[in-house]
Amino acid sequence: MAPLLEVRDLRVEFPTRRGVLTALDGVSFSIAPGEVLGVVGESGAGKSMTGAAIIGLLEPPGRIAGGQILLNGKRIDNLRYEQMRRIRGREIGAIFQDPLTTLNPLYTVGEQLVETIQTHLGLDGAEARKRAIGWLEMVGIPAAAQRVDSYPHEFSGGMRQRVVIALALCAEPKLIVADEPTTALDVSIQAQVIALLKGLARDKGTSMMLVTHDMGVIAETADRVAVMYAGRIAETGPVREVVKHPKHPYSAGLMASIPPLDRKVEHLAQIDGAMPRLSAIPRGCAFNPRCPEVFARCLVERPVLLATGATEAACWLYDAASEKHAPEAMPHG
Amino acid sequence: MAETPILEVEDLARYFDVSRPWLQRVLAGEGKRTLRAVDGISFAIPRGTTLSLVGESGCGKSTVARLVVGLYPPSKGRVVFEGMDLERARAIAEQRRRMQMIFQDPYASLNPRWRVKDIVAEPIRAFGMTPGAAAQQAKVAELLTQVGLSPLDGEKFPHEFSGGQRQRISIARALSSNPDFLVCDEPTSALDVSVQAQILNLMKDLQARLGLTYLFISHNLAVVRQVSDRIGVMYLGRLVELAPAETLFTTPRHPYTRALMEAIPDLEMTGRQRIPVGGEVPSPISPPSGCPFHPRCPLVNDRCKAERPALIPARAMKQGLTACHAVEEGRDGGVPAAQRIGTTATAL
Repeated sequence: MAPLLEVRDLRVEFPTRRGVLTALDGVSFSIAPGEVLGVVGESGAGKSMTGAAIIGLLEPPGRIAGGQILLNGKRIDNLRYEQMRRIRGREIGAIFQDPLTTLNPLYTVGEQLVETIQTHLGLDGAEARKRAIGWLEMVGIPAAAQRVDSYPHEFSGGMRQRVVIALALCAEPKLIVADEPTTALDVSIQAQVIALLKGLARDKGTSMMLVTHDMGVIAETADRVAVMYAGRIAETGPVREVVKHPKHPYSAGLMASIPPLDRKVEHLAQIDGAMPRLSAIPRGCAFNPRCPEVFARCLVERPVLLATGATEAACWLYDAASEKHAPEAMPHG
Repeated sequence: MAETPILEVEDLARYFDVSRPWLQRVLAGEGKRTLRAVDGISFAIPRGTTLSLVGESGCGKSTVARLVVGLYPPSKGRVVFEGMDLERARAIAEQRRRMQMIFQDPYASLNPRWRVKDIVAEPIRAFGMTPGAAAQQAKVAELLTQVGLSPLDGEKFPHEFSGGQRQRISIARALSSNPDFLVCDEPTSALDVSVQAQILNLMKDLQARLGLTYLFISHNLAVVRQVSDRIGVMYLGRLVELAPAETLFTTPRHPYTRALMEAIPDLEMTGRQRIPVGGEVPSPISPPSGCPFHPRCPLVNDRCKAERPALIPARAMKQGLTACHAVEEGRDGGVPAAQRIGTTATAL
């Protein structure tokens, strides 16, 4: 099946007074129709930046400096603002972390939904309002017919995030970019919202790019996952493989450092050090200063994504041409 | 343990007046409004152990942390530190030195204009512990080494450090007055997961080495399991369950504790359909009558709506306290036999 979204060798730069910072460097992935791609990484890995680049909302002075973004085979990274505005909402819906800043506090949620539906689907007022109420019901807002005339501040955090989901879905986009959609929510509410997102994506056949730092959310929701580190993709593959049998030393370390809920461990696995700043990304593999498996080639040559069985990892351990050969599997857990 | 606990909390409560201004109140004809952030909780922490308080936002866990170190005076009840009423203990520098706090946000809790060595040395100076500049410098170097930083880092400013390193500085500062008791309010919540593991390991090592006692506040059950000896689960300002860590995870009794554990997304990928707990946390300004959890509880009956359950030993259990009528009456189906928690990650 042709991918719905294809990102090819994406590069995002931030020109600053002290030189150009590269926030994303050679990021490539694709999302098939109906597929949920999880994008994980720690703060500063570039996962939100990737989402922002796709929906055309990079904060200036950030700019796409290379590569292509294709939606349904057509480039969208070089569109004018007005053209992109039509795609945003209609073709790509967006859900952000903080529901309060996504909604306009001066309009009722109904007005905001109706505006979106009318703009993108060209329905008349009464029909749009009926749809708006239908969407509120679908995302599980009780007494939707009354609540449609409420203002965002009259909803609780969890309910507000449901409204945001309705707003992202109401123009029936093919792709949803969800950036930390449950991070601001409490765990009992988070479970409700994840179940909702997952169900709607499945029922409507919507593709989703789910950006989060929470591996648990990814494991429960995504089909495939891309692990990002310092603006690059470290590993990508089916979610089960990446979580259970991570190949890249960074993904292995990341999975191992998650405190388990089902047992107590005396000493948690940890990755020493911290992610490099954008201004000081090391030569070769960006992970080399923290990597337990580092060898000479990692210090000079940047790894490309290499097939490692079920996943692809950007790690020289998996290149037959490397001096040092890959171990059977990375230890984890 | 026969010796007295380092900290005891008895029927502690803290209310906040959240009324509107007097004139508006009179015009609207409404009364005063009180937010019951913490509403009558009791616990004790034996020396050298960790008690964790978990709960969702607004359950009052951070307010407990602040009450325990004396940042808020209690509205009711009392805090006893080393057998001495907290208010009296706080008036004595020697007692004050023995309790310290680590805050959540390492970006907000370090003065950006001070060098790290001055930040770490401040408690030493304030308590007049190590006279002489050279001795002080040596102590700071020792503290920085202890938390995994270099003594040379003392010359730098906080902005030169990452979040995890800043939290190490916070810990070094807290340790500089040789405390016995540390209150840690979400110490790893602002950190990335690989860095969180570093800080949790460090805190465990320090506890083993220095015999520290921790009150650990967190919303993350998995983190809490790794560090705690005992765990208290809070809901709307009250303790709903208090049990040894392993007991709580293997046999959670309170319906809220069970719901919380059920809701956490895990890495097991069993494809199991979750049954999320319905509804949301009610407002602590007008909490529900009786048991605060009753509007969301699957085991609710009339008694739950009318009568507030007390925290009592859980039925059919050797350890653990539960505040639940259903558990007391045996309406909860008894001790859960096979909990999902306890399965291992390798079962593929």
